[in-house]
Amino acid sequence: MSEERKIRILVAKPGLDGHDRGAKVIASAFRDAGLEVIYTGLHQTPEMIVSAAVQEDVDVVAMSVLSGAHMTLFPRVKKLLDEAGADHVLLTGGGIIPEDDVAALEAQGVGRLFGPGTPTSAAIEYVKEWFSAQNTA
Amino acid sequence: MSRIETLDARTVELLARFRTGAVPALARAISVVEGQRPGFQALLHEVMASGPQARRIGFTGPPGAGKSSLVAAAATTYRVRDEHVGVVAVDPTSPYSGGALLGDRIRMNDVATDPGIFIRSMATRGSLGGLATTTKEVVDLMDGFGFARILIETVGVGQTELEITAAADTVVVVLVPESGDAIQAMKAGLMEIADVFVVNKADRPGSARLVKELRQALHLRAGSALKDIPAHHGVDLGRALKRERTTDSAAQEVEDWPVPVLTTNALTNEGVDDLVDAVERHRSWLVESGQLEERRRDRAEGRVRDVVNRELQRITWSSDEVRRLLGEGVLGIAGGEETPYSVARRITDALLR
Repeated sequence: MSEERKIRILVAKPGLDGHDRGAKVIASAFRDAGLEVIYTGLHQTPEMIVSAAVQEDVDVVAMSVLSGAHMTLFPRVKKLLDEAGADHVLLTGGGIIPEDDVAALEAQGVGRLFGPGTPTSAAIEYVKEWFSAQNTA
Repeated sequence: MSRIETLDARTVELLARFRTGAVPALARAISVVEGQRPGFQALLHEVMASGPQARRIGFTGPPGAGKSSLVAAAATTYRVRDEHVGVVAVDPTSPYSGGALLGDRIRMNDVATDPGIFIRSMATRGSLGGLATTTKEVVDLMDGFGFARILIETVGVGQTELEITAAADTVVVVLVPESGDAIQAMKAGLMEIADVFVVNKADRPGSARLVKELRQALHLRAGSALKDIPAHHGVDLGRALKRERTTDSAAQEVEDWPVPVLTTNALTNEGVDDLVDAVERHRSWLVESGQLEERRRDRAEGRVRDVVNRELQRITWSSDEVRRLLGEGVLGIAGGEETPYSVARRITDALLR
């Protein structure tokens, strides 16, 4: 009777930048794609994000970073997730992030990062494929 | 207590971590129950062995009334008293995409990193009663984990989503001045389930009027509309007369609970202490009147019925024979030789054989 397992994703907006249009667009797109999206609003600290990710037992954390602080925020959240025993959680995201930085972050275990102009379908497909790979392996 | 099935290795390990108080284990246990994954009933059986301990408080009301903000404010108050608080917040699943946007945490950011508070968002996943299918069971998990208070927030409800009464000891109905007039309050449904009424956003125009109308409507229901006097202020003539009538009856009955109508402003914290006090008074009344025991018995009975129904459904629709009879029967209906009733009878007969 247990139906298809739902993907739970935390859409998070860390730091001080107040531009949440992108986060809201992607949150709505994930919802329309059948995911359960937990949205926590603006100005989240890495500690708040990881605490929410653990309590909600999410599969994925997606962060929107437009402030330029991505080289601080992504590694910090990744580290806190690992420390909290949530290293099985995919950390992905998007924002204005230069290619070199994307490569550097991916090397640190962060998932794919999406830049401006990405269709929402690309992010949805990526998350769904990651999830089914995790759950068939 | 007897086991209901052998626990698999993964459940044993999860249960062991759960019992050490590991928060990730609680979070995972909730996912197991919510997804009705293999072993979830055995897990609940183990966790519920110690019986209900926590005080369960439900918050319900229309969308945008401020339920989440009020839950956060109440949780903060309980934390000041050093109580550990569990929160379950339910938001709707889209019937079209199956997805959900769970946004209750947005109003709870002030308490988000307090290790004494655990917040879990749930999507209704097709359930229509204002809660998710497994919300009550998730509350049991939180109870078993050791939270003293569990605050349950329903989806934004209309008039008939009343399942919260089966989940909470005390139901707080949250309204706003825009919620409508006394006629709404006299209709069946939401208005009948309140143990405490709260008019939130009380700084807005119309709140005094709504409070007055609610109190009048409550008097009408209690049959004590003799005077326009609020029930918990001063003399209430109707109640006084009633007491006179019943004093010589042998049973020392505890009086009916006088449903209070309070005002709050969740954003400024105004009235939140009064709300918490009212919930406390209701708790004392529940214990003294024997209602707590009664509500818990009703809850236990409802749960047994739910679990039996769920098992019967599972057994029925996973049976090969039933599937065969259904397939054949549908063809028979199309051919005019059968009706849905004759097919259903054959299936139930086969199950009972």
